[in-house]
Amino acid sequence: MDHALKSARRTFRHRHLLGIEQLSPTDIETLLDAADAAVEFSRRPDKKQDILHGRTLVNLFFEASTRTQSSFEIAGKRLGADVLNMSVGVSSVKKGETLIDTAMTLNAMRPDLLVVRHQAAGAAELLSQKVNCAVINAGDGAHEHPTQALLDALTIRRHKGTIAGLTVAICGDIRHSRVARSNILLLNALGARVRVIAPSTLLPPAVERLGVEPYRNMAEGLKDCDIVMMLRLQRERMDGSYVPSVREYYRLFGLDAAKLAIAKPDALVMHPGPMNRGVEIDSDIADSAQSVIREQVEMGVAVRMAVLMLLAENAVYD
Amino acid sequence: MTDAGKMLLIDGAHIVDPSQALDGAGRILVVNGKIAGCGKIGDGDLPADVERLDARGLIAAPGLVDMRVFVGEPGYEHRETLASASHAAAAGGVTSFVCMPDTNPVIDDVALVDFIQRAARDTAQVNVYPSAALTKGLEGREMTEIGLLSEAGAVGFTDGRHAVRNPRIFLRALTYARDFDALVMHHPEEPELVGSGVMHQGEMATRLGLTGIPVTAETIMIDRDMRLVAQSKGRYHASQLSSAEGAEALARGRRAGLNVTAGVSINHLTLNENDIGAYRTFFKMAPPLRTEDDRQALIEALRTGVIDAIVSSHDPQDVETKRHPFAEAADGAVGLETLLPAALRLYHAGDLSLVQLIRALSTRPAEILGIGAGTLKKGANADMVLFDLDAPWVVRKEDLRSRSKNSPFDEARLSGRVVRTLVAGETVYAYAPA
Repeated sequence: MDHALKSARRTFRHRHLLGIEQLSPTDIETLLDAADAAVEFSRRPDKKQDILHGRTLVNLFFEASTRTQSSFEIAGKRLGADVLNMSVGVSSVKKGETLIDTAMTLNAMRPDLLVVRHQAAGAAELLSQKVNCAVINAGDGAHEHPTQALLDALTIRRHKGTIAGLTVAICGDIRHSRVARSNILLLNALGARVRVIAPSTLLPPAVERLGVEPYRNMAEGLKDCDIVMMLRLQRERMDGSYVPSVREYYRLFGLDAAKLAIAKPDALVMHPGPMNRGVEIDSDIADSAQSVIREQVEMGVAVRMAVLMLLAENAVYD
Repeated sequence: MTDAGKMLLIDGAHIVDPSQALDGAGRILVVNGKIAGCGKIGDGDLPADVERLDARGLIAAPGLVDMRVFVGEPGYEHRETLASASHAAAAGGVTSFVCMPDTNPVIDDVALVDFIQRAARDTAQVNVYPSAALTKGLEGREMTEIGLLSEAGAVGFTDGRHAVRNPRIFLRALTYARDFDALVMHHPEEPELVGSGVMHQGEMATRLGLTGIPVTAETIMIDRDMRLVAQSKGRYHASQLSSAEGAEALARGRRAGLNVTAGVSINHLTLNENDIGAYRTFFKMAPPLRTEDDRQALIEALRTGVIDAIVSSHDPQDVETKRHPFAEAADGAVGLETLLPAALRLYHAGDLSLVQLIRALSTRPAEILGIGAGTLKKGANADMVLFDLDAPWVVRKEDLRSRSKNSPFDEARLSGRVVRTLVAGETVYAYAPA
């Protein structure tokens, strides 16, 4: 752990983690190496470290997310930080004001690490301009969710050894997904071939400009894939607005055994959770030997530990 | 030609088949319901005992393909059933038609597409192709299961009589439909501009004291649709055009290379607003009959290929819905049975050649729908119409086979009539002089 951290310190120079976009391939590899060390450490009976002893981590969630919030909380606690969870409901006050007011109030309490999830794209960026501490983007609108992409990359790397040269299909609601955007950036940075598979209504405009190959059906898109990454489809988008029905979506885009058979035999099945079984993924596939969905959750804690450690190292105090 | 099977030789006809650029004398051989030969067929190729149909003096053409037929089944069987519509179709030389989803319940679900197909198979004399609703319940809010409905056999997606008002929803549906190469057929009339209008806006409407529907109702919707098609790259068919400006708006889309086609009803090609006369409700339709200049422009648009298809827009209405003051009466006119004879008016007037007419009545609609009809090529189903080009007759509504009698051609004198209609080689209609 210490060794990995020491080498990481030399190369990782960021004050915030706002998105994958700001990271170089070396930054990403550095984070993944540190996270690898955190995995080993987390598997010991005694998981407590004091690397972040005395530091304060605030989870500021404007959107409810049990799993991401608890993942950051556990990561912070394992490293010895004091963790405070603040769940801020969307109030009737104008959102921009609320966000900045909240940030200023929080800043006055002198936290060291601020993890923020917000429904508006750019919210983490805006916060980072207003506070003195390190800001970690835990999801801003349909923009980025960098720790999810990192944990996905860690999971892939631990199974496949490398990311370069792999063919990865991201399937489902690409249009509204921050997970998809962060993953596209990260996987491209590390040299994977990235495909996106979705009905045209769920592909964002000009998606091919992000360096992906778009496909409109699973039969073509899944051919020769090493990784099949499923995305969650929100209920409100399957009732005829973007997709006619759950029935049609599952038939055409739900990952079942027949569709998975089109990918490589050793393809990994991934999902950022929470899953809609029987909508975007068949229940048996989610629990199958090819599925690494539960492992992704474990990697999530490790990646977040790595992020917290490296950002705490780069903190500037006046 | 020795293979056993049911054989029929159609002998002596003048064949008009735009799909093979045929316009001349020839013979047609039908074996087991399929075309086995068309054109020059020597007697040496035929067994001695082949059944012969004497078609001297008649035109033989691929059976008509009507892209827009409203049937009352399910829900309004008192107006029309699939069976009665198919009898009217057979008598009009129509061997395939697309039924609209404006039924009760609306055809917006796989089970209803199945129902139409089963009911048609069991009761209809001609080929019936279901279209499915583009939006659930024709409400213009949520798209239907375009993938599953295509798979079930829906040949197109349309809200029938209704335009999809909301451009965001129409854009999404076009975008989604494109993934399946599904055809979106739209009724291009902006509902807000139709408002309470009941006929073409102009002098006639003003004299009659009726609220008019401006041509803009059509052009603004086609202009909108062209932009949405350009953005979505979907496959779009304007179900019916009614005006010169509407045709021009569509022509602009075609020139821009968009994947668009268009239809026009036989009513708009042969009638105009003056036919409304003394508030005759059988001439009330949507879009409304417009001016003589518009009618001429629509014919020109057919000639130049801006408009692809002629449809009957067969829309059975009963006295309950038609015997009202003009403004309160329902839109729509029956037309399956008079489609070909009325279209021949255009031939006799020197407006269109027979090849142009049959192309618009059969070959092009079949191509747009992708149903492999509209041709007498070897191997095709022997769906065919034999007609007398000149026979004069007068339409009598009591003779119509349709359950509803709201024909704008009632008591009209027409030249040319269907003598025989074949579907898959079987005669489904033969004219019997009284």
